[in-house]
Amino acid sequence: MGLSTFIGGVHPFEGKELSSDKPIQVIEPKGEMVFPVAQHIGAPAKPLVAKGDTVLVGQKIAEAGGFISANVICSVSGTVKGIEPRLVANGAIVQSIIVENDGAYKAVEGFGQKRDYTKLSKEEIREIVKEAGIVGLGGAGFPTNVKLAPKNEEEIDYIIVNAAECEPYLTSDYRLMMEQPERLIGGLKVILHIFPKAKGVIGIEENKPEAIQKLSELVKDEPRIEVCPLKTKYPQGGERFLIYAVTGGREISSAMLPADAGCIVDNVDTVISIYNAVCESTPLIRKIITVTGDAVANPQNFEVRLGTNYQEVLAAAGGFKTEPEKMVSGGPMMGQALFSLDIPVMKTSSALTCFTKDEVAANEETPCIRCGRCVSVCPEHIVPVMMMAAAERNDLEQFEKMNGMECCECGSCTFICPAHRPLTQAFKEMRKSVMAARRKKA
Amino acid sequence: MSKLINVSSSPHVRNNVATKNLMYDVAIAMLPATVWGVMQFGIYSLVVIVATVLSCILSEYVYETLMHKPITISDGSALVTGMILGLNMPPTIPLWMPVLGGVFAIIVVKQLYGGLGQNFMNPALAARCFLLISFAGSMTRFTDPVADVIASATPLATIKAGGEYDVAAMFIGRIPGTIGEVSAIALLIGAAYLLYKKVITIRIPGTYILTFAVFAFIFGQQNINYVLAEVFGGGLIFGAFFMATDYVTSPITPKGQIVFGVCLGILTGLFRLFGGSAEGVSYAIIFCNILVPLIERVTLPVAFGKGGKKNGGK
Repeated sequence: MGLSTFIGGVHPFEGKELSSDKPIQVIEPKGEMVFPVAQHIGAPAKPLVAKGDTVLVGQKIAEAGGFISANVICSVSGTVKGIEPRLVANGAIVQSIIVENDGAYKAVEGFGQKRDYTKLSKEEIREIVKEAGIVGLGGAGFPTNVKLAPKNEEEIDYIIVNAAECEPYLTSDYRLMMEQPERLIGGLKVILHIFPKAKGVIGIEENKPEAIQKLSELVKDEPRIEVCPLKTKYPQGGERFLIYAVTGGREISSAMLPADAGCIVDNVDTVISIYNAVCESTPLIRKIITVTGDAVANPQNFEVRLGTNYQEVLAAAGGFKTEPEKMVSGGPMMGQALFSLDIPVMKTSSALTCFTKDEVAANEETPCIRCGRCVSVCPEHIVPVMMMAAAERNDLEQFEKMNGMECCECGSCTFICPAHRPLTQAFKEMRKSVMAARRKKA
Repeated sequence: MSKLINVSSSPHVRNNVATKNLMYDVAIAMLPATVWGVMQFGIYSLVVIVATVLSCILSEYVYETLMHKPITISDGSALVTGMILGLNMPPTIPLWMPVLGGVFAIIVVKQLYGGLGQNFMNPALAARCFLLISFAGSMTRFTDPVADVIASATPLATIKAGGEYDVAAMFIGRIPGTIGEVSAIALLIGAAYLLYKKVITIRIPGTYILTFAVFAFIFGQQNINYVLAEVFGGGLIFGAFFMATDYVTSPITPKGQIVFGVCLGILTGLFRLFGGSAEGVSYAIIFCNILVPLIERVTLPVAFGKGGKKNGGK
C-alpha cells in the first residue's frame, strides 16, 4: 500500500515479458512511404508538396490546417509519387502523401544541430514543437504545442510524464526509459523551462522497477523533478487517473482539460520528441513500435521511420510464427483491430499486437446477471450496466443522464463482465451518436 | 494471409471468469452446509435437495424447450436456485412440496419475468415463502438432530418463548432448523470461500448481520449471548451470505449494497422481535428485493471529476 493510484480498474494479463528485455532495433524502410495528412486530433494538414517534388528528411510536407492541427514532416528523402487516399489503422481512408524513398536520407539544412534550450523563449520553444509536428504520441494525437500553451499558464504546477504504460503487451515506453533516460529528463526540463513554477513528475507503474530505479537515480539531484511509482493497474495511464494519482486527488471531468487541474500531461515518447526537436533540431520522424503477441515470431521493439508500411515492421520481427486470428494496432485493451497490414506507421501508432486466439469470439454473450463488477471497476465511477440499458433502447438522453459522455472507453467493464457483454463497444457507438446529435443542434 | 481475420471493437481480451464459474462457486460454497445438514438429519434430506435441484433444472429445460429459447441449464443458475431451495426445506418435508417449490421458483419467479437476470425476487426464496404460506404445517415441522424427535421448536422460537438456549450448539449446528441453515460454522466456511474468490463482497452480509445484531441488542436483550443466539440460531447467516448477495436481486451500486444490508438488518429485526413469527430472514430479503430499484436510484455513484475534489488542494 501507499502507492499512488485511483479507484477502480482491472488487472489484465500483462504479457510485457514477451518484448520488455529486447533492446530497440532501428529498421530502415524499403518500400514507398505513406504520410497521411490526418494523423492527429483536429483539422487535417494541408499538403505543401505536389507530385514530382523532391523532398528531404525533416522537410515539412504538409502544414497544420488550423489551430488544432499538426504539421507532417517527411522522414526520408526522395520524390513525391502522388497524393492519394490510403487506408490507415483505424479503418479510415485518408488523403496521404506518397514518397518514393531514395535511400540517401539527405536532410534539410540545420537538421540535427544542437541547440541550448535555456537560451530560447517560451514562444520559441512552442514554435519549434509546432514546426516539428509533435502530437500526443500515447495515442490521442493532440497537438503538443497547443497543450504547452494553456490559458491559465500561471496556474500550472505539475508537468506529468505519463510513463505508466498500463496497456498490456506494450513495452515501447519502458524501452525508451531504459535506453534514453537522459533524453526523457532533458525533454521534461524543456517543458519545465516554459513553466517555471511547476514541478515535473514521472509517473511509472511499479511493474517496471528497473525504470523507476534508473530514473530515480538520474533525477536525484534535480530539485524540480521526481519519480512517482504507481500501483500497477489498468487504466493507470489514462490521463485523468494519472493526474488523480500523482496530484493526490485532483479530478477532472471529460469536459475539462488537465490544465484546469493545473497539470500538463505528456507521454514518454512525446517528451523525448520535444527534446529531439528543441535540443537536436530533429522533428518528429520516428516512432517506437512494439511488435508482439503470441502469433509473432520474435516479439520486440523497433525504431521506425514514420510512413513505413506495417508489413515491413512485422517482417523485421520475423513475421508470424502462427497464423493470427486477430491483429491489433496498439494494445489489447484500447487498440484497433486490423484487417490489413498494408497501412503506414503514424504518429499515433504504438504497437502491432497479434493473437493466435481471439478471446472476444471465443466468449459468447450471456444475459447480464447484475453482478455489479462493471460498476466497481469503472475508473470514471459511472454505471455501465445502466448505460447499457439506455444503449439497448438507443436512448441518447438517458445515456447522457447516466454520465455516458464521461466514459473514457478504457474497456475495463467489458474486460471484467462475466456475461461477456460488449459494453464498451455499445458505449462508443452511443457516444458518437450523442456527439453527432449535439453537432446537429449547434 | 490465407485465413480470414477477426475484427472487432476493443477491448480484445476478456477476464476468464464467466457467469458459469460464479454460479458453480456459489454451489461449491454451499457444500459444507449441505454435507452437515445430511449428516445431521439423515439421508432423506439429501433426497430433498436432489429433488429441488432436479426440479429446478428440469423446469428450466422444459420451459425453454417449449418457448423455443436457448437452453441455459448449463450456466449453473438453476442448480444454485435448486440448492438454496433444498437447503431451506425442513428435513421431513413430503417430497412433492420441494418439487412444486422448484417449479414455482423457475417458471413463475424466474422465467415468466424473462429468465436469468430479469427476476426481481430471489427465486428460491420466493418459492420458500410460497410454500410457507401454502403449507405452513409441513414447512415448520422441524426435527431435533440431538434428541431425534419430530416437531421440536427451533432455537429462535425457544428464545421467543423465553426458554433456554445453547449458543455453541447453534454455532456448530446441533439444533433443529432447515437442512442448510443450522450450522453457522459450515456456512461461514462457504462464505469465506466466496469472499476469497471475490464472488461476493462483505458489503451486504456484513452490514446486514451488524445492523441486525445492533437492532437485537437495543430492542431485544442487552446480553451478548442473546445477540449471538439471534445471529447464529436461525436463517440469518445462510440468508446474509447466500441469498441477500444474489446478484440479480441486490443493488449494483456499492453504496446501495450497504443501504440494502442495513434495510435487511432492520426488517429482520422487526419481523423477529416484533412480528408474530420467530424467523424473518426470508421475508426481509424478499421485501428488500423489491426496494432494489429505489435503492439504486438514490445511491448512484458521483462520476469522476463531477463533484469530487476538483483542483485538489488549490
